Amino acid sequence: MARLVVLGGGVAGHTTATFAAKWLGSEHEVVVVTPNAKWNWIPSNIWVGVGQMKKEEVTFDLAPVYAKAGITYYQAKAVSLNPEGSESSDKPFVTIEYTSADKAGQSETIEYDYIVNATGPKLNFDATPGLGDGNGQMGNNTVSVCTADHAVHASHKLAEAIEKMKGGTRQKFLIGTGHGMCTCQGAAFEYLFNIEHELKKAGVRDMADMKWISNESFLGDFGMGGLHMKVGGYVVSSKLFAESLFVERGVDWLIGAHTAKVENGKVEYELLDGSKGEEEFDFAMLIPPFAGVGLKAYDKTGEDITNTVFNPAGFMKVDGNYTPKPYAEWKASDWPRTYQNPIYSNMFAAGIAFAPPHIISKPMSSPNGTPINPTPPRTGMPSGIIGKAVAHSVCDLITKGDNAHLHEASMAEMGAACVASAGKGVFDGTAAAMTVYPVVPDFEKYPGTGRDTDYTFGEIGLAGHWIKHILHFLFIYKAKLNPGWTLIPE
Amino acid sequence: MSEKKIVEEELNFQRDFKSALTMVPGKFAKSMRTCVIWQFIRFLAINIKMIIVVGKSH
Repeated sequence: MARLVVLGGGVAGHTTATFAAKWLGSEHEVVVVTPNAKWNWIPSNIWVGVGQMKKEEVTFDLAPVYAKAGITYYQAKAVSLNPEGSESSDKPFVTIEYTSADKAGQSETIEYDYIVNATGPKLNFDATPGLGDGNGQMGNNTVSVCTADHAVHASHKLAEAIEKMKGGTRQKFLIGTGHGMCTCQGAAFEYLFNIEHELKKAGVRDMADMKWISNESFLGDFGMGGLHMKVGGYVVSSKLFAESLFVERGVDWLIGAHTAKVENGKVEYELLDGSKGEEEFDFAMLIPPFAGVGLKAYDKTGEDITNTVFNPAGFMKVDGNYTPKPYAEWKASDWPRTYQNPIYSNMFAAGIAFAPPHIISKPMSSPNGTPINPTPPRTGMPSGIIGKAVAHSVCDLITKGDNAHLHEASMAEMGAACVASAGKGVFDGTAAAMTVYPVVPDFEKYPGTGRDTDYTFGEIGLAGHWIKHILHFLFIYKAKLNPGWTLIPE
Repeated sequence: MSEKKIVEEELNFQRDFKSALTMVPGKFAKSMRTCVIWQFIRFLAINIKMIIVVGKSH
């Protein structure tokens, strides 16, 4: 019997574990180690953040689902990896620390034959002074929609702001990124327009000043260097698409901005031209930068090999080309295909946990040397597809032997669908539905825009909004492993 | 004395210089976004495209 340990129970980890358990059956063991007791459909946190959904509608308990799937579940966080075992045993193991109430703080080791690191991101609030509380958690100056609990808190703050506006007090809303190296602009973008929609519904839109602050060098970059789509016979940049939406909805923007410091009601920022400024706010939702979760790694003798296994940001190195090179020499082939660690062949990474070879957007920095550019998005559909490919590879390695063919899922050969809604009602909401193919532009295959413009498109309307609703129910249904779950694509 | 011609979609251009440098949808484009019949057709079209993209990605 072989044991696969999956670290993380988010989109990538849950996909890996559930498919592996299904394909391996009871002959082998699948273990999930995740600090969370609940699974969260994160895209719908946006609706929780504006009070249109309850936390219970976007989360469910993991334990019964894993029991149904025959998966061994530890509510714990992984602390360190020993991929060579210890001096007394060659068997690799992971050290975990329980987070469940009954065993909180207790440590344990779990031996493994294969391990998949799908730990997702550490929400690095403390990278920006005042954005965090100094202890790794969100501070009191801003709100967030990164977790369901954060979103609930954000909805309460939004309700307070709406009450103030109803009482005649103008409110300034500042939404965007809380650092120069953030990703997930799409989530902030969606939250911005959901707030705008809710303010209109509440009849207080004229009492609100709304501003977008982002590390993108142009509106519509989305961490992918922007995209081009065919509209009305033209090939149009997402910059025009995004600017049009902002102007239509009366939202101002500040781009190329590194949020350097957050205080109560004020942010200090630095722009790509090196200038510095301040922006006041009454309500701010600023996405934190992501980092690896801080896993350590040790060799057989106990020597720290963290820097060998992980990149400086804490993401696991896999089969990508990590050789530093200038932007002009970046290639689609730099991106990993199998997500197998180059040193330890029984170790994989999936989703946000893998180290990208470089960013996707053009690298930028201010004259002061401050990098201000989005980091690559690896959430949602890419996470699920990578998780499934990795599960497939591990299952083949277990059942067919070490020479089994590894399955591939390069982000330069996969697309992503993104639906950013505004509102939740079936007929009064709209959404920007976007599809990009591939996520990482391939200028050798598509010399014009780097992408296939037949499958890279975006439009605004009710249709996208309906798709967002369907995705919400479909993916929660799938994650609960309800009948037919394997038929629903990632 | 001529009357003012107010074009709703152009009002935002008055806000600032950068707002005037983009395009904004007119009444027809906005109405099509919420026209249920048209949006049902677009729903089918977007779904087909998304299914193709998903298929090409696996």
